[in-house]
Amino acid sequence: MSKDKSKNNKIHIEGLKAPIIRIGIIQWIRVNLFNGVLNSILTIVMLFLLYKIVPPFIKWAFIDSFWFSTAKECRAGDGACWSIIPANIRFIIFGFYPHELHWRPLLAMIMMVGLLLYCKNRDNWKKSLVYIWISGLFIMGLLMKGGLFGLTSVDSDQWGGLPLTLMLSVFGMVAAYPLGILLALGRRSKMPAVKTVCIIYIELIRGVPLISLLFMSAILFPLFLPQGVTVNKIIRAQAAIIMFTAAYIAEVVRGGLQAITRGQYEAAESLGLNYSQKMRLVILPQALKIVIPPTVGILISAFKDTSLVVIIALYEILKTTRTTLSDPAWMGFSTEAYIFVAMIYFVCCYSMSNYSRRLEKELHS
Amino acid sequence: MQKSNNSNSTGNAEQKIPFLNDPKIRSIIYQIVTICMVGLLGYYLFTNTFENLQRQSIATGFGFIDKEASFEIGESLISYSSADTYGKALFVGVLNTIKVAFIGILITVVLGTFLGIARLSTNWLVSKLAAVYIEVMQDIPILLQLFFWYSFFYDILPSPRGALEPVKGVFMSNRGLVFAVPEWHPAFKYMIAVFIAGCVAAYFLRKWAKKRQEKTGQIFPLFLCSTAIILGLPLVTWLFSGAPHKMNVPELIGFNFQGGLNMSPEFGALLLGLVLYTAAFVAEIVRAGIQAVSKGQTEAAMAIGLKPGQILNLVILPQALRVIIPPLTSQMLNLTKNSSLAVAIGFPDFVSVVSTTINQTGQAIEGISMIMVVYLFFSLLTSLFMNWYNKKIALVER
Repeated sequence: MSKDKSKNNKIHIEGLKAPIIRIGIIQWIRVNLFNGVLNSILTIVMLFLLYKIVPPFIKWAFIDSFWFSTAKECRAGDGACWSIIPANIRFIIFGFYPHELHWRPLLAMIMMVGLLLYCKNRDNWKKSLVYIWISGLFIMGLLMKGGLFGLTSVDSDQWGGLPLTLMLSVFGMVAAYPLGILLALGRRSKMPAVKTVCIIYIELIRGVPLISLLFMSAILFPLFLPQGVTVNKIIRAQAAIIMFTAAYIAEVVRGGLQAITRGQYEAAESLGLNYSQKMRLVILPQALKIVIPPTVGILISAFKDTSLVVIIALYEILKTTRTTLSDPAWMGFSTEAYIFVAMIYFVCCYSMSNYSRRLEKELHS
Repeated sequence: MQKSNNSNSTGNAEQKIPFLNDPKIRSIIYQIVTICMVGLLGYYLFTNTFENLQRQSIATGFGFIDKEASFEIGESLISYSSADTYGKALFVGVLNTIKVAFIGILITVVLGTFLGIARLSTNWLVSKLAAVYIEVMQDIPILLQLFFWYSFFYDILPSPRGALEPVKGVFMSNRGLVFAVPEWHPAFKYMIAVFIAGCVAAYFLRKWAKKRQEKTGQIFPLFLCSTAIILGLPLVTWLFSGAPHKMNVPELIGFNFQGGLNMSPEFGALLLGLVLYTAAFVAEIVRAGIQAVSKGQTEAAMAIGLKPGQILNLVILPQALRVIIPPLTSQMLNLTKNSSLAVAIGFPDFVSVVSTTINQTGQAIEGISMIMVVYLFFSLLTSLFMNWYNKKIALVER
């Protein structure tokens, strides 16, 4: 945009260095921040806003803040009171789980994170992974529930906090996935009755908010069951989340199925494969590979959506945080507590979405 | 499930297909099995529910709609008191849902578009800030954001006596947001009428201009003229009726503000949360839509001598909108569905009114089915619009 300043300097010398404003950081600033009037104004406005927001925030969050004090000391100062987190961390993370048994949900969470990290590497995507997952989920359930191998049994009413959030989303996803595939296949089927049933289910679930399903699980499921049969509240919420997620997975898988060319179907048929062989051996492996990135997207939203179980009074991490905040000693420090929970969610979701983006690139190339 | 679409006409000339291997018969059997299973499940649930209801002696039916609701609703677009019926209370709830969804969608689209464009800005700082905003907002659950804004209103903002006044006439306190509005004047009625008439006139003008352009090739300065009609006519009306400019400024009387337009903390928190959350998704959609139009299109348009405004209007936007609109409508629907989270922060939207109704009457089945029907109605409307729009803009391929 700005004309070359060295234009009048017509002599061309081999070893002449580029002008200082044309190289390095100054050049970068010119090109990226001040290329044109509008951009210069924008940059200045943005810098001004950042100046107005960031230093006070840093002062509040880090300089004037309290990390391991009592609530009283916090109230005297005017910085952030992060002390609310260490003082209540065990309740926020584990809810009403018996205090001396906290190592069990902790171990279960570490196992789950380890499993997820193990899955990250695509070299590990073999059939054995399925068995590893099944046994892993079983051990996690065992750790949470107890009652076997000398572990004290813990009633699921006492489960809460982060383990509950993770379990609701991961178990929900694992259980919803096969259901979603079946629904997608049903929707693509040429049998009108099967197709109609699947379409009605998918559109019905996608048309209503999750919260109405959760209400249903809390209030109506007990009515649906025969007399004398009671199902735990967490299981009922889990069922609602599975029903909800399955409909969304079905739509994603349908997209994958539609992306497979007709030739693949015809080739499979001409080999004499029957429907289940055709789907299992030819179509689904390709279709599911295409939809891995959007599936991770669904996992992210399932993870975020589990926070809604607060509304039916399950003690997942948001509810335990709010319970802490209703304690008169710590009342009023909601900003700090919410920022802490938001950071947990952000770290989880951001790493997942980052991974899905990378995967998308890898699978494309 | 064995089923192939090449019909059985190929083989049956030489040999008869065994009864169970005939794809047509198999398909019928499968369908009957499916229907029976769904029917049985439905029957099982229905009988269980019926027995349970009888045992607990809960009467079913929508008879409660005409009974007195006897609960107050914090804010309402129509006049409502606790002496009114449940039916009216539910209607108030629907109106509140529509109100928050409508205002929310309007602001979200504007903010999201700005953010999407900012994300593509050549200004590094602007683009990175937009990216950070989009990433952070997308990765934090909406419910947490709602709780945060709600506590922002209640814990952080001062009481009305020490209310913040960021702009003159706007007061922020833990009683909500109060701002000055123009005092009502009969002239406004005419201005609204003239405005609507202007919109209609602009619509016909557009039709006429298009026809003329197709016939003669002459381009009519449509944008300028319609803006002049739509904005100018009300302005003229306003000037002619004596330019009423008296403002209704909120005043601190006692412990709260009087006058002006009041936005409750619940509504404010809900709107803020929904808008900031959904705008991040809309920004990504807008960015993807703009990037979907290849650079060659702009260059081709320049090569045939179109002006920048025409390039945007005639070349870029029609193509970008085709990519943007479908996911955008689904985000609008998401916003509407997420507005049901109002129940968590105490804004009386439809779900929260229904939940109060269920608590008082015990009519859970009716209540939850009403929630589902209302939201299904919204999504049906949206998909009808989508189908119409998709048909209208579908690529005409030769």
